[in-house]
Amino acid sequence: MATSAGPALEVRNVSLSFKGVKAISELSFQVERREICALIGPNGAGKSSLLNILNGVYIPDSGEIVFEGEHFRRMQALEAARRGIGRGFQNNALFSGMSVLDNVIAGLSRKSRVTLFEEAFRLPRALSQENAFRARALDVLKLFDLEKHAETVVGTLPYGVQKKVEIARAIVAKPRLLLLDEPLAGMNANEKQEIAAVIARLNRELDLTIVLIEHDIGIVLKLAHHVVVLDYGRKLADGPPETIRDNPDVIAAYLGAQHAEAAA
Amino acid sequence: MSEINLPAAAEPVDSIGLKALGVAAAIAVLLAAPFLASEYWINAIIVPFLILSLAGLGLNLLTGYAGQLSLGAGAFMMVGAYATFSLQLRVPDLPLPLALIVAGLIAGAVGLFFGIPSTRIKGFYLIVSTLAAQFFFEWLFLKFPWFYNGNSSATIALSRGLSFFGLDANGPHGRYYLTLGIVALLTLFSFNLIRGQTGRNWMAIRDMDTAAAVIGVPVFRAKLQAFAVSSFILGIAGALWAFAYLGSASVQSFGLTRSYQILFIIIIGGLGTIRGAYFGAAFVSLLPLALDWLFQHVFSGHVDAGLLQNIQKAIFGLLIIWFLIKEPEGLARLLGLRRAQGTRRRLFPS
Repeated sequence: MATSAGPALEVRNVSLSFKGVKAISELSFQVERREICALIGPNGAGKSSLLNILNGVYIPDSGEIVFEGEHFRRMQALEAARRGIGRGFQNNALFSGMSVLDNVIAGLSRKSRVTLFEEAFRLPRALSQENAFRARALDVLKLFDLEKHAETVVGTLPYGVQKKVEIARAIVAKPRLLLLDEPLAGMNANEKQEIAAVIARLNRELDLTIVLIEHDIGIVLKLAHHVVVLDYGRKLADGPPETIRDNPDVIAAYLGAQHAEAAA
Repeated sequence: MSEINLPAAAEPVDSIGLKALGVAAAIAVLLAAPFLASEYWINAIIVPFLILSLAGLGLNLLTGYAGQLSLGAGAFMMVGAYATFSLQLRVPDLPLPLALIVAGLIAGAVGLFFGIPSTRIKGFYLIVSTLAAQFFFEWLFLKFPWFYNGNSSATIALSRGLSFFGLDANGPHGRYYLTLGIVALLTLFSFNLIRGQTGRNWMAIRDMDTAAAVIGVPVFRAKLQAFAVSSFILGIAGALWAFAYLGSASVQSFGLTRSYQILFIIIIGGLGTIRGAYFGAAFVSLLPLALDWLFQHVFSGHVDAGLLQNIQKAIFGLLIIWFLIKEPEGLARLLGLRRAQGTRRRLFPS
């Protein structure tokens, strides 16, 4: 850990627009270390865009990101990965032609220390790194009960399994901040519980700070320590799940009467 | 192949034994080939087939594995051939194998340079950049007599032939073994690369480049590596094409047609497979021969010979089109190997 004081992540007055259309306006919030922060809000609220800013896919118009005490006007994708920001995508962005194991090992790419030359000749350093990477990736696959799919080409697996592979790939390099975009989407109730349990475990056992986007409010309220509600690129509410649940603005804008009753 | 989830390394002992036996048999056949085949077959079919396979392999690393489209294969082959010529002429102390390696490195550096635009552009636009290499080097090597040592025909040939370390590789057998050795070695290196971190980075970029960057794949470096390694192999293939197959070469030996031929080889053989390059090269070198043989036996004497030649070309083209419709993933897939459905290679990343 770089510094032990201060929040893990701070978003300060960040704005983003696409061809003049505001996606995010003047958004600020903090994510404390070791917390699970959920971003919720209707479609088009700017949640995914925000994650894309955090790991350098989009460049914000203004504002800044503070990650572990360091200030960034913009992130570079590779720089974000190097600093320990892991990412799972909304629509699986796996490498479809590669095996499950290779997909996960690809997540260790930035840890690679061997040269092209060493790999071409399979010199000892290349071999030992390859073995270490395989072992590490298999450990992570075990966490998701995916060992049996290790050698399967990932594009052939069902959606729910692919989602798990994606989370495995995102955490294999031991990130300090994990960004997950709808990790539970498209799963059945059992799978949702299973993945939610894994996310809680990662948070607890690896001290991993997690920012996730999720639409299943029931699970969000149980899983998250902190909820940020977005609507039309603005922050509508920010606080612990209990206060969010009772916030009349949130109920009106997003949860709707039925959801509020169900959650109460 | 992998739909049924076989455990990674748990092959039954006898199947390993069979595999080893198969490999041993293949090596024996490869080593004995010059004594089984006629001189004509070695000179005119087997050696060029091996060299085209090598060139296909080089391009396949770039296009099939790293997903970077290139029409510059001929240019990088040309650079390798002219660099070998220059080195043998001007640094006579450098033995041929080392000259080939240095020529490969020069071609690799050139490839790396022409790969720089790939960090900004892809697909069709990248073709333009690699085409620029094609036209630039055709112009360069014709324009300045220094490159072909000012001889009147503007061709290049090794004055000392293919001799090194006291060995004479000028005969058909020598050329075959020289080519086979280099092809085998570079195939092994390529295989090592693609199953390691380098290959994973390349395939990650090919399959989803934005995600690759976000999960920490050094996209910029990996793309340039792909261009450099691919051009290294193409450069050596070019030198072999010029001196082990043709004997003497000119820029016409490496024109745009050559670039297309190499690209066809990997499309037909199978993008993103090592063996695809060999299948594709076999297809493009053997099919015209087969057509030739067929036409001579069926139509000879009845139809004008020039017309026959053109008909053959048309049939060759039609066969390629038919084949690509039937099996867009190439011969490697057709022969029942590798990759399940729904993961087909696309030439143009979306």
